[in-house]
Amino acid sequence: MKIIKQFATAFALLSLSAGTALAACPVTKGKVSILANDFPALHAVVDNAEACVGEGATFSKNHSTKHNEIQVAALTANPAEYTAKIVANSSIVPLLNAGLIRPLDDLVAKHGSSLKPNQLIRIDGKIMAIAFMANAQHLIVRQDILDKVGAKTPTSYEEVLEVAEKIRAAGIMQHPFAMLTKSDWNLGEEAVNMYLGHGGEFFKPGTAEVSINNEKGLATLNMLKSLMQYSNPDFLTYNTGAVAPLWESGELAMAVMWGSSVGGLIDNEGSTPEVVAATKPAGAMTVGGGSKPASSLWWDGFTIATNISDEDAEATFIALVNGISDEMVKANNDKAVWLMDAYKPGLAAEGVSKVAAAGAEPYPMLPYMGLLHTAFFQELPDFLQGNESAEQTLADIEAAYTAAAKEQGFLK
Amino acid sequence: MPHGTFARFIWPSFLAMILFIALPIASVAIQSFFVEHEQVMREVENCGPFKCTKVLQVDTEASRALKEEAPLGKFNGLGTYTNRGHLAFSELGEIWASSASFADFIVGLYNLPFYKALFFTVTYTFVVTPFVLIFGLLIALGVNRLPGITRGPTIFASLLPMIVTPLIGGLILFWMVDADGILGATLQIIFDDPDLSLKASAPLTWIMLIVYGIWHSTPFAFVVFYAGLQTVPQDTIEAAKIDGASRFQQVRYVVVPYMTPLLVFVVLMQLMDNFRVLEPIVAFSAEAKARSLSWIIMNDLMGQDKLFGSAAATSMMTIIGVGILLTPVLIKTWRDFNRKVV
Repeated sequence: MKIIKQFATAFALLSLSAGTALAACPVTKGKVSILANDFPALHAVVDNAEACVGEGATFSKNHSTKHNEIQVAALTANPAEYTAKIVANSSIVPLLNAGLIRPLDDLVAKHGSSLKPNQLIRIDGKIMAIAFMANAQHLIVRQDILDKVGAKTPTSYEEVLEVAEKIRAAGIMQHPFAMLTKSDWNLGEEAVNMYLGHGGEFFKPGTAEVSINNEKGLATLNMLKSLMQYSNPDFLTYNTGAVAPLWESGELAMAVMWGSSVGGLIDNEGSTPEVVAATKPAGAMTVGGGSKPASSLWWDGFTIATNISDEDAEATFIALVNGISDEMVKANNDKAVWLMDAYKPGLAAEGVSKVAAAGAEPYPMLPYMGLLHTAFFQELPDFLQGNESAEQTLADIEAAYTAAAKEQGFLK
Repeated sequence: MPHGTFARFIWPSFLAMILFIALPIASVAIQSFFVEHEQVMREVENCGPFKCTKVLQVDTEASRALKEEAPLGKFNGLGTYTNRGHLAFSELGEIWASSASFADFIVGLYNLPFYKALFFTVTYTFVVTPFVLIFGLLIALGVNRLPGITRGPTIFASLLPMIVTPLIGGLILFWMVDADGILGATLQIIFDDPDLSLKASAPLTWIMLIVYGIWHSTPFAFVVFYAGLQTVPQDTIEAAKIDGASRFQQVRYVVVPYMTPLLVFVVLMQLMDNFRVLEPIVAFSAEAKARSLSWIIMNDLMGQDKLFGSAAATSMMTIIGVGILLTPVLIKTWRDFNRKVV
């Protein structure tokens, strides 16, 4: 009897350990419905999750760059429109605030043995998301142009300014530099990164009160303005969609871009072999003599909706764990900086790895950070266009944030 | 018409107006008096792939209880209307107290988002509307003189700007004025300035938006005026000709007075439309140089943090703004109407 029991236990354990990777797939009941941003790495994850959905279960997906705008409404519905939402460290915040995503501890215990501890995003002790890729902005350079002016790869934004001046003085390019400075979320992100690089704190500790009107804020604004002197005057319309083609057509020598865009720049499409061969990720820039990089770390991960049945949640979790399997990583190695063990870092990942290794701060996961981000990009263009002083702009950013935070109930 | 017949005739559209116009506006008006509940926050430890941090997080249980008690949010009265994002009364007071001259005050005023947007919106409305009227009338008069066979194609071609979706039309123009686009590059050659960028300079961006607005709206005025021209009584024109009126005088003293009701109609429509300008700003990525009231509303509702109260308040003020703009025209129409009855 005892032997049979032991045998049964061993058999159960065996089937369980095999099951985490293979036998759970395909899921045969429940609903899997995923809302995600629209870029190649996430397509790979979602497509692999779809491959795990078999007969009897339903699957649907929605890749949209406007995912952040619909997520709260879609997951508030009961039952929720999507069973899973792929989030980043800023877009998870509204879902957390409204309690629209469920703790995953039980599901991780049951089906998540393949996940590494650093993939588990814990909030207040509970696992709320499973991260699978990292992202960060960093500098990329054209090595051939740097060689021409005899400059070495910059390590700080002060050196970026020097190199840009050399390139301009040598008559190679009038506007050798670009950042993602479109006056929307992009510009806010550059300001946040630059402020982090100066070692700034966005809020008074333990409160939602903003505190950026200080020396570090001033230095942040002035550095952005200095950099923009070497960028095309159209810089307030520059997002990834505008800068990537400029880079590929060889009109830039240095640019700050997302790590996830580098793969597209060094493939053989849309550019000349000379530009591709000379494109090098340069890693994180420091600024103002600071030790931390002027960049923030991002993760992308999946979350499961609260307002769905447990059966659907389980099906979705199994499908998505399969979506981030080692096979997926091997097949899509260069599309992102994956957090899974199977990942082999390539050239495209070098920049992000350097940023992380240099000790960059994660983008603040605070309920009111989005409001400050918005205030940054609403008020900064006035300063960058030379219409007002840095002091006035900082005061405006604080005032705009305070008005919005009061309306959202974060401040009295 | 007996009142009973009138009531039976009008009730479907009356019902539709209540359902689809009055009720939504009322709900927006109510929304504008409310803001979000005070967020209950507590300190928690968050751990990500990179490190753990202690941060404030919203207490969802407590917040949900508040929300269930009062789903609309916290009553704020006119607080949203007077905060810095809108009429900014207290900021206005400070700026007034601290500015040495009236010019200083205007600069300070222009720094506040609502007034900045209002300034662009009003400028756009009052520049675009008269140009649309004049060009619409000129094109209508011109087309009316064309021989029959060329008229059809000309009318079609003139209507194209209106047929093209505003966003698409705006984007096409945006690419053309790019430094590498056909218009942008031509302008650089004409002015012999390789750094000339329509997107980089605020005045040029305003001009570009206004030119786009005129280009887009003129066909509407043209179509209305062209239809009106077909009904101008020919004997009055003949009489004017016999009296020795020049072509200009015929237009000035016969055609235009005859078409006054149409002119009023086009002015009304254009004032309303132009006051709500949004698409060209989005298409031209011009929000750094020019923001309109509609753009502020859109910006409040976009992204992950939605400011419903703010958007509602700006919407109500846009409606009030349209009302103020239309009042003189409506009063004039009302007087004309009464005069005719008497």
